[in-house]
Amino acid sequence: MAERSFKREVQKLYLGDGEEFHGEGILAVTKALLQSGVSYVAGYQGAPISHLMDVLNDANDILEELGVHFEHSASEATAAATLAASVNYPLRGAVAFKSTVGTNVASDALANLASGGVTGGALIIVGEDYGEGSSIMQERSHAFAMKSQIWLLDPRPNLPSIVRAVEQGFALSEASNTPVMLELRVRACHVHGRFIAKNNARPRFTLSDAVENPVRDVSRIVLPPASFLHEQEKIQKRWPAAQTFIRENALNEFFAERAQDFGIILQGGMYNTTVRALELLGLADAFGECKIPLYVLNVTYPLVDDEIKRFCGGKRGVLLIEEGQPDFIEQNLHAILRKAGLETRILGKDVLPMAGEYTAATVIQGVLKFVERYAPHLIDKERLPRVVRRLAGVPEPAGDQIHPRPPSFCTGCPERPIFTAMKLVERELGEHHVSCDIGCHLFSILPPFNIGATTMGYGLGWASSAAFKTGKTDKRTISIMGDGGFWHNGLTSGVGNAVFNQSDSVLLVVDNSYTAATGGQDILSSHAVNPIRTTKLSIADAVRGVGVKWVKTITRTYDVAGMRDLLKEALTTKEKGPKVIVAQSECMLNQQRRVKPLMRKLANQGKRVVRERFGVDADTCTGDHSCIRLSGCPSLSIGPNPDPLRKDPVATVLDSCVGCGLCGEVAHAAVLCPSFFRADVVSNPSAWDGLKGGVRRAVIGFLQRRTDRRLAGIFAG
Amino acid sequence: MIDTNPAERPASINAGARTPKAITVAILAMGGEGGGVLADWIVDLGEHSGYYAQTTSVPGVAQRTGSTIYYLEMFPEAAVRAAGKEPVLALMPVPGEVDIVIASELMEAGRAIQRGLVTPDRTTLIASTHRVYSMTEKTAVADGRVDPAKLIDAARAAAKVLVHNDFARIAEQTGSVISAPLFGALAATGGLPFSRQQFEEAVRRGGVGVESSLAAFAAGFSAAGEPRAAAAGESEAGWPKLGPRLHALAKRVEASFPPASHAILLAGVQRLADYQDESYAAEYLDRLDPIRDLDAQYGNGDFALLRESGRYLALWMSYEDTIRVADLKTRRTRFERVHREVRTGQTQLLAINEFLHPRVEEISDTLPAALGRWLLNTGWARRLVERFTHQGRVVETTSVSGFLLLYFVASLRRWRRRSLRFEREQRRIGEWLAQVTALAPEDYALAVEVSECPRLVKGYGDTHLRGSRNFDAVMDAVPMLRRAADGARRLKKLREAALADESGQKLAEALREVSA
Repeated sequence: MAERSFKREVQKLYLGDGEEFHGEGILAVTKALLQSGVSYVAGYQGAPISHLMDVLNDANDILEELGVHFEHSASEATAAATLAASVNYPLRGAVAFKSTVGTNVASDALANLASGGVTGGALIIVGEDYGEGSSIMQERSHAFAMKSQIWLLDPRPNLPSIVRAVEQGFALSEASNTPVMLELRVRACHVHGRFIAKNNARPRFTLSDAVENPVRDVSRIVLPPASFLHEQEKIQKRWPAAQTFIRENALNEFFAERAQDFGIILQGGMYNTTVRALELLGLADAFGECKIPLYVLNVTYPLVDDEIKRFCGGKRGVLLIEEGQPDFIEQNLHAILRKAGLETRILGKDVLPMAGEYTAATVIQGVLKFVERYAPHLIDKERLPRVVRRLAGVPEPAGDQIHPRPPSFCTGCPERPIFTAMKLVERELGEHHVSCDIGCHLFSILPPFNIGATTMGYGLGWASSAAFKTGKTDKRTISIMGDGGFWHNGLTSGVGNAVFNQSDSVLLVVDNSYTAATGGQDILSSHAVNPIRTTKLSIADAVRGVGVKWVKTITRTYDVAGMRDLLKEALTTKEKGPKVIVAQSECMLNQQRRVKPLMRKLANQGKRVVRERFGVDADTCTGDHSCIRLSGCPSLSIGPNPDPLRKDPVATVLDSCVGCGLCGEVAHAAVLCPSFFRADVVSNPSAWDGLKGGVRRAVIGFLQRRTDRRLAGIFAG
Repeated sequence: MIDTNPAERPASINAGARTPKAITVAILAMGGEGGGVLADWIVDLGEHSGYYAQTTSVPGVAQRTGSTIYYLEMFPEAAVRAAGKEPVLALMPVPGEVDIVIASELMEAGRAIQRGLVTPDRTTLIASTHRVYSMTEKTAVADGRVDPAKLIDAARAAAKVLVHNDFARIAEQTGSVISAPLFGALAATGGLPFSRQQFEEAVRRGGVGVESSLAAFAAGFSAAGEPRAAAAGESEAGWPKLGPRLHALAKRVEASFPPASHAILLAGVQRLADYQDESYAAEYLDRLDPIRDLDAQYGNGDFALLRESGRYLALWMSYEDTIRVADLKTRRTRFERVHREVRTGQTQLLAINEFLHPRVEEISDTLPAALGRWLLNTGWARRLVERFTHQGRVVETTSVSGFLLLYFVASLRRWRRRSLRFEREQRRIGEWLAQVTALAPEDYALAVEVSECPRLVKGYGDTHLRGSRNFDAVMDAVPMLRRAADGARRLKKLREAALADESGQKLAEALREVSA
């Protein structure tokens, strides 16, 4: 079960003709899929697409009512291959994943799909994780569209436009026998807005119809000679068909087209930012009525030559607002104008930066430069927005007062003790080469742990240390992989590879029962009972199944000493061959979500419940903070020193502590200090608890009064 | 408290007068800190009060405790009807164009200012003054905290209206989370064109924890208008008062030591009487007598040498041995403190479990000096003890057996003066004080720096060992610095280098510079 529940929101999917939908972009996309008569949906989670997968999961009953099949795919490649159902049958299908990382994984299937083409509408929804808050390499999905000839939609970021893009995307796909990619930027995925709904449509041709009446067409299979035919077909048939459809259905939009002899061409996704920039420069109003002609590319690939020529014809200059690099659209635009013999000057990456996110501030600066060149009289120099006036006199806090605050392991995270143990091993055996993977565990590369040298992609933790196989040293490398990455492809690309190539290195699989980093979705090794998925499969069994002999499982990662000793054993054992440690403990975020309400309920029913949390005795803490450097837990913080003689802040445990036990284990394993204590608070104590408590109070109270007498007169009052 | 910026200029009458503009709101929070709930409330409030409302965010992995920003825009529906057109709302804030900024923590408020989102002609900044310390601040070997006053000053200068209070404490007091009092404070500023009742209706429609949220909302609402309590609740510890048994020693301090040193020395006296007994406290003052005289002769009158020697001598003489730890852990006042801290209710029971790891070193330290040395140096005996002390132990102090064990260890206080550790520490204290006294006449400033060096020795076990090594290394450099013109400054740099990282790399570099 995922971290966030959409059970309440998914009821909005029942809205019918004319009713107004209010909600998040990703929920609107789901509604649009149902309105479009989709037959099947698949995908792989990852921000900003996680919420889409969670919505679909929570909406499974609604999907089933409509005869829609939904799958949590094993990977993006699986998701993309699922679209094969639309090759031979008039079935509309959609898949979703994070881009560009998910698109990288999916690209093999996508290329094959695009080569043969589709019969039913095939929509690939990619969540573009670019710019602020992104966790991946900064690249463009545009390249995938170009290389495989998949049409790319980049709609204006408001719900009516996004919903329309889904609906028209299917139609475009069918009209041109080509898969269509719908690109949604992070903010568009999470935008809360409104649109007028339509009734959901049940697919006319069903999945059963297809299974019961199989169709094959050898000309659609990527094998010579058909593959050569496909290439010709892409250029001669599908491309013109797409351009015609885009033009006839006005997928791209023109605003104030003849208002000036210069204008702006922009990606649909950049529309709101551009209009805000124009508004602040006094060139548009809040409703998008602008004084400058705009040509909005809701389809960024392919460009429609006729429309370009129409917009640029008679214009002295055009500004292209194209986020990301390389500047594919700009190059294409130059080529189209040159071939058409048009002299229109194109400005793009010369007044805007070549690389990096186009924030509102960036776009304002670029548009200002452009308009100043073509119509300086339109700019009121007295009323420039503050961001270009370079506010003088607004004091900023000194840079050293503001520290970066990157994400890190949550309170009580079971992955933290693994890295604490690795820090302790590092003290004894020295540093090792550590290959990381993708997932929460990658936070280890940041302080306080500073562990990990590379990350090559999801599930590729072990693969990325493959080169370090040399008989010349006894030192082993360590690779890390999450359970998500393991099932995604790590079992074959990492474990199978290590067995086949007789690796002697160590793999540590973090098994926390969920794909935790993407929001706690279930996977094969989850412990949850999931009515629509098969779970509870063992990672250790899978590893043994592909031939690893040295496999050890630790079922409580908080056992720092045990974890440390196991790692040491794996790094130093005489036994040759690949070694796998499976470190199991449930993701604390998800555990708390499950356990906390349960505990509260039991306590309210009068049942005996024990709540554990940690604390630090401020009078024995000397303020060195070693404990924090070995943990980094958000609940383990610092506070003012109650001792007037000491200057350094003491360690302190905040009330958000969930009592995971790491503080105590670290104090033991690293021989830190005796300041930590664990408090067990017993609600609804039993009669035995009460009796025991009475005896304790009597004995301890007697002795404490003796101590009080010894100390009498030292403190006033 | 609501501070209005005196530098505030009247809002410029630009395009805003002709066409309506969106109200813009940015929320800066940390992942999982309620920023999303707050944004949802504001959207719901707007949509039920005749406004178009749009919100978005870039949560991603930032939801895992990282900084994250939520951005909202609102637009009057009446204007939409009048124009017959939908507004185009932005998905990210433009620096200088934000009406309301809400920061759920003080450094995040600083970040909002740094990003240019808070401007004196426009922005109402609502900031919680509590601190969630950054990793850099927390992992410092000494004190890495930034100065909250500087952040508040920057906020006051940057905002048109600043509302600041410890909203985290208000949330805690009302059994809620920080989003509710911040929402209350937002209502109080009047920055949004909605009534308090409309705000409260939005909380009710949210449907989760409505009663506690409304209480926290009300508390936040009034806190926004109240003068603020002590800065972020971070009042540093006060100086304790001495009881009747220490009056004689207190008199001695007051009669024979300068007033500038009284607070520290009285705290020292009390600490050592509590640690050992009154005669130990008297020894403390005996040791400071010569330093006072030197300071009077060579100092500049502020008695820095006496004060810092007094501070660190008291701390060093009350070094943390097993006896001290057991003593502090078994006290009634400590039990009461833990009860308060973990908020044990009337009908609940509390068990306190200690994580102790006495090794052969700590055991020999507690033994009589000769026996302790024998144990450390006799292979078989040492190995035997090590077998039993290999792992840490969890001792339940609230159980009879656990308490008796610690009570017994605490009672060894009577034999502490004969222990191996006592012998060692007193010798080292002697060496340090000799160094201080020797230096004072020739280089007073350097002597003051040397008197502060025991700050490097902290903690237990390996941490203590590392600190002691650093202390020795720094002290070894003193003879070299004695000949240098700016010895004091260079020693201070060495001390800072020792506290700059755990690995000792910075110190090693600094030491190389000294010897070069």
